[in-house]
Amino acid sequence: MMQITCPHCGPRAQSEFVYERTVDSVVALDAPSTQAMATLFTRTNPRGPDDEIWRHTYGCRAWMVVTRHRVTHEITAVRAVGPEALP
Amino acid sequence: MARKAWVDAHRMSRYSALSLLRGAFNGQSHWKPAWRHPDPKPHYDIIIIGGGGHGLATAYYLAKVHGLTNIAVLEKGWIGGGNTGRNTTIVRSNYRQEALHNLFEFGLKLWHGLSDDLNYNVMFSPRGALTLGHSDADMVTLAQRGDAMRCDGIDAELLTRDQVAKLEPLLDMSRTARFPIEGGLIQRRGGSARHDAVAWGYARGADSMGVDIIQKCEVTGFVRDGDAVVGVETTRGRIGAGRVGICVAGHSGHVAGLAGLKLPIESQTLQAMVTEGVKPMINTVIMTQALHCYISQSDKGGIVFGGDPDNWPSYAQRGHPMIMENAVAQGLALVPALSRLRMLRTWSGVTDMSFDGSPIIGETPVPNLYLNGGWCYGGFKATPASGWTYAHTLATGKPHPLNAPFSLDRFERGATIDETGSGPMPSSR
Repeated sequence: MMQITCPHCGPRAQSEFVYERTVDSVVALDAPSTQAMATLFTRTNPRGPDDEIWRHTYGCRAWMVVTRHRVTHEITAVRAVGPEALP
Repeated sequence: MARKAWVDAHRMSRYSALSLLRGAFNGQSHWKPAWRHPDPKPHYDIIIIGGGGHGLATAYYLAKVHGLTNIAVLEKGWIGGGNTGRNTTIVRSNYRQEALHNLFEFGLKLWHGLSDDLNYNVMFSPRGALTLGHSDADMVTLAQRGDAMRCDGIDAELLTRDQVAKLEPLLDMSRTARFPIEGGLIQRRGGSARHDAVAWGYARGADSMGVDIIQKCEVTGFVRDGDAVVGVETTRGRIGAGRVGICVAGHSGHVAGLAGLKLPIESQTLQAMVTEGVKPMINTVIMTQALHCYISQSDKGGIVFGGDPDNWPSYAQRGHPMIMENAVAQGLALVPALSRLRMLRTWSGVTDMSFDGSPIIGETPVPNLYLNGGWCYGGFKATPASGWTYAHTLATGKPHPLNAPFSLDRFERGATIDETGSGPMPSSR
């Protein structure tokens, strides 16, 4: 299991968190339809680190961006997000 | 030994009761390696990346059905060492949607003759694939699914509560059960098979027709001529190819990325586990409409469990205990007697979670490059159908009618095949 350091609550067990999607798959509200389609339906899916959106659902319920390695599960950064972080 | 002489000598060595009996008089010294370990040639007509069940089946049907034998299967590790050797070996075709049940039913028919066809015992055991219903809504959904199957001539039988209790006496049928059982849907022709034997049987069959199976050969890049792919760079050098087929489910995103493609796939971990061996206690393959837990008993006697994928992206080939706990808790609620068993082993595979829950078999935007992947957590049962249709696609450059609906461009066309109707999020399946 992973331990994720919530920017608001500190280190917590992974079971309190829910994975949402990758940061680069958030569709901008004014994106043209082809770009929206590509963003919604395709992923880089790297065998390495990626920026992911997680939610502390069973805790403070805040959204955050977790930079995590897809093979080692090592988490190198967690940052809080708000509306200003959306593309 | 010269290649042709080896192939000829090998072709003679059919497995049979008679050859086994003859071997009894010479200390079983007649056994030969079931496939060669050739060095790669400079060029092949078709290269298949990935020596799992699907890749080996593709090579087998390319040789057998299409007469193409200048073919190589490139495997970065050892054949059958990925998801083929890590799944829960359930074979069935009980899908509601036409495109899905037609593809899987074609496969199920091949499963029923596979051991004979390959001259290799894949231990296919059609013991019945039973899906439990836990509520009125579940039973309506199961009836609808069964009807859809029967409309296409596929066997499906709706069972009452009593029929389920008779079939699987160890299920908790009490009214106070955590997950009360109202009935079920059974596909009696479904069952399970021996995973390793499937890879080895297809490998032996393909090899005997001249296909080169090259292990410990990882593809590190594609050779391009303009847009088109004309070969692959590997850890054993550059190999030219007329057509290249990716068949690496779990790692499709990574390999397609080497060609600059971004796929509708996210890789997740799926784990399974097995208990100590016991006498026969689970007669069918038990699945449920409401939970995500599937239970069967291997021929060795171990109870095989599977559950949800770990619902976040991972290439780790190791699972998280909280997901395992969930699967086991559901299994114990359904069959309380399992609580007395000790778990022997757990393991994980990396699954290609596609964005509508269905596989992708067909062309890519890159000329000469084809893709077979996105099998989510249900690829094993499709092995023969996947190989057959992918072989057709690679041989002719056009999809077989069975895999035409599973094209890569279906997402942008809005023609997704979404059995669960849960939308474009792999983590919601």
